[in-house]
Amino acid sequence: MPAIPKRPGVEILAERAIEVLIRLCGVSAILFVFGIFFFVFREGSQLLFHGFNFREFFFSAEWYPTSQSHVRYGALALIAGTASVTLLAMALAVPFGIGTAVFISEFCGTRAKESLKITVELLAAIPSVVWGFVGLTVMNKVIIELFHTPIGLNVLNGGVILALMSVPIIVSIGEDSLKAVPDSYREAALALGVTRWQMIYRVLVPAARNGLLAAVLLGVGRAAGETMAVLMATGHAVKIPTSLLDSVRTLTATIAAELGEAAVHSDHYQVLFIIGILLFTITFVINLAADLIVRGVRRG
Amino acid sequence: MFQATRFTRRKRQYELLARATFFLMTLLIVTPLILIVGYLIYQAWPILSLDFLITNPRNGMRSGGIWSPLLGTIYLVVISLLVATPIGVLAAIFLNEYARENWFTRVINLAVVNLAGVPSIVHALFGLGAFVLFAGLGKSILAASLTLAVMTLPVIIASTKEALASVPIPFREACWNVGATRWQTIRHVVLPNSVGGILTGVILQVSRAAGETAPIMFTGVVFYKAIKEGDPFAYGLFDQCMALSMHLFTISTQVPDVPKALPYGTAVVLLGAVLAVNALAILVRLRLRSRRKW
Amino acid sequence: MVNLAQAWAEQYATVDPAVSVEVSGGGSGTGIAALSSGTVDIANCSRRFEPQEIEQAKKNTGKAPHEFMVGFDALAVYVNKNNPLDEITIGQLADIYAENGKLTKWSQLGVKLPGGSDEIIRVSRQSNSGTYFYFREAILGNGRDFKLGSRDMQGSKDVVELVANTPSAIGYSGMGYNTPTVKQLRVAKKAGEPAYAPTVETTLNHTYPIARPLFMYTLGDPAGAVKKYLDWVYSDAGQKVVLQSGYVPLPKPGN
Repeated sequence: MPAIPKRPGVEILAERAIEVLIRLCGVSAILFVFGIFFFVFREGSQLLFHGFNFREFFFSAEWYPTSQSHVRYGALALIAGTASVTLLAMALAVPFGIGTAVFISEFCGTRAKESLKITVELLAAIPSVVWGFVGLTVMNKVIIELFHTPIGLNVLNGGVILALMSVPIIVSIGEDSLKAVPDSYREAALALGVTRWQMIYRVLVPAARNGLLAAVLLGVGRAAGETMAVLMATGHAVKIPTSLLDSVRTLTATIAAELGEAAVHSDHYQVLFIIGILLFTITFVINLAADLIVRGVRRG
Repeated sequence: MFQATRFTRRKRQYELLARATFFLMTLLIVTPLILIVGYLIYQAWPILSLDFLITNPRNGMRSGGIWSPLLGTIYLVVISLLVATPIGVLAAIFLNEYARENWFTRVINLAVVNLAGVPSIVHALFGLGAFVLFAGLGKSILAASLTLAVMTLPVIIASTKEALASVPIPFREACWNVGATRWQTIRHVVLPNSVGGILTGVILQVSRAAGETAPIMFTGVVFYKAIKEGDPFAYGLFDQCMALSMHLFTISTQVPDVPKALPYGTAVVLLGAVLAVNALAILVRLRLRSRRKW
Repeated sequence: MVNLAQAWAEQYATVDPAVSVEVSGGGSGTGIAALSSGTVDIANCSRRFEPQEIEQAKKNTGKAPHEFMVGFDALAVYVNKNNPLDEITIGQLADIYAENGKLTKWSQLGVKLPGGSDEIIRVSRQSNSGTYFYFREAILGNGRDFKLGSRDMQGSKDVVELVANTPSAIGYSGMGYNTPTVKQLRVAKKAGEPAYAPTVETTLNHTYPIARPLFMYTLGDPAGAVKKYLDWVYSDAGQKVVLQSGYVPLPKPGN
């Protein structure tokens, strides 16, 4: 019998080495997520554990980080700012996003489907600073014309821009989850004689509801975490909004605007990092929830 | 014999109504894209030219072009993708080819999804804390690029994973049957067949890296820096640089008396580059799908 | 001052092309923070270092910041072109902008705006701005804080733009950011005293009440390229840039 050639030792070693490298890269994502949490936490931790006034932070709207006489870190108005633009954005993006997902999934031929999906992808590619610029220039004028307000930089402006930014996520994940509903559901419903609308409303959406919920959650995460667009479009007023036409400031914009001026490791600097921890936690929870829900969809 | 009853007629009306409503919703989403791009181009028209791209901002950034920010953006994008692509591809190889279906793999996947959802300003804080301060890189192109690399990593992992997964298992089995090792299989069969998908993912992240502002604002990009026009090596790794995204931000909010066309022109170049790159990725994806023989 | 710093950097590139000047914006606070951390060579500020900031700098870098006065800036009060108001006192400005200030409507100032809106829309700056700091110190005084709810703009130019587009707005910004679309108010120290418009002359002869010096700070004594740059800023060429940027150059010796 001919001898079976042995693999050269060098080759085996090289292969092992590459495998180690691959495993290392594999865990890199975990390392980075932990790293982000670690480093952001580290920069804010000293203040967090030594006398951080939680009550003031969450319940006071007085944000005076650079006061000479009376420094206050009340972030309530900032939280309200983030909440208000996010809520408005979702109120607009969810119906339109899901509606578009339904249209693409149920009413379109393959050609139209491809072109629409491409358009939505291109919409998603627009950089946030360009969106902010649009808010600052185009939307600003439109709002001033339509509503006769003195300024067009407000919750409405930020909310509309954020809605346009979050729609692509809702559409793409929503469409994915509608596609995952087996055709048999549709056929069964139609065979019973219902209209298309009834089929969508009573059968399809409930069947895909997990995926649609996940899509909405991810859209919320996108909107709440957006920085540049709201920095430019919401008017920057530290104030709890009482109307859609009020200017507000979000948590993200506050960090972006004030980080440069806070001396490294000063109280102000640490508070900004604490806001960062808050933001990271919020988006982490949202993403976790969405992922758990989506997993259910993909498996089932 | 099959005359439409009132019932079926009403059904058809509802059907048309439903179709029309959803169509309108889609239209409302799609029209802004076209309107915005059109309006931006219209406003930027007087200033768009080759000159615009290769002259530096002049006269207090009120005239001239965008050479300095353009070069900076190119540096940032190239370096960040040079770092993120190998790590991302190898990580995806691990997840798709080596990892077993256990809780640990699940945690890694979770981490990838979470990394993708981190707000850009938190990436900025991370970059500041980890690269600028902790690693001692200071504010530099290197620190900013590394921050961008961490930001683009999750999508590269996800799209590479998809590309790898689309290579049918029988391909791998054939290799194992002739005695190839796992890595040999990957190197000679799986990877070459997934290059298209990987490329698509990387190309998409080019536009993301070019468009982000917050992560680079505090880690290495400045308001202004004079560099030699037309010199592609004008920046050093530890220098700070200008960037298109940041430039758009500063000239639309911080420089007085800027002629209207200038920020629009910057926006158009940035948007145009981003959309062109994305369109390229889509084309690559479509072409590959049609060429596939399985 | 970022636009002035950028103009200097742009001009200096023609004077000494071997030296590259990197300019970052973000307000005086940002510059002070950066200098205190030792990450920049020069901080351009439109306000002075606070004592605790000097301490921080000494603690972090071992060197004390050196102050160089490089020009002046008059802080102008801007209102919309169609606003009939021409003058204002410092006391009235304080009542408009300060926490617990009582002036919230234009009618309280005896002014009726064409178009009807009566609410005074306050445009201000974000807290990293030296302009913000200076206004608080010079106008509000006594450690008072700003009233929340003003539109806090990113930069000097934004303030003017917003006021130009908003009939019932009032804002403060550097004198150099004036455009034909807004009006600068004349400012009086107290009611009954003469009100002055912000110009180069009224700044230099101290009749305009809200003018401040502009500074450049270095860590310790400047040396090498930094010193050459500073010398150039003091020269005629550098001071010409100051004037062109809308600020007030240092008075020539002998004035």
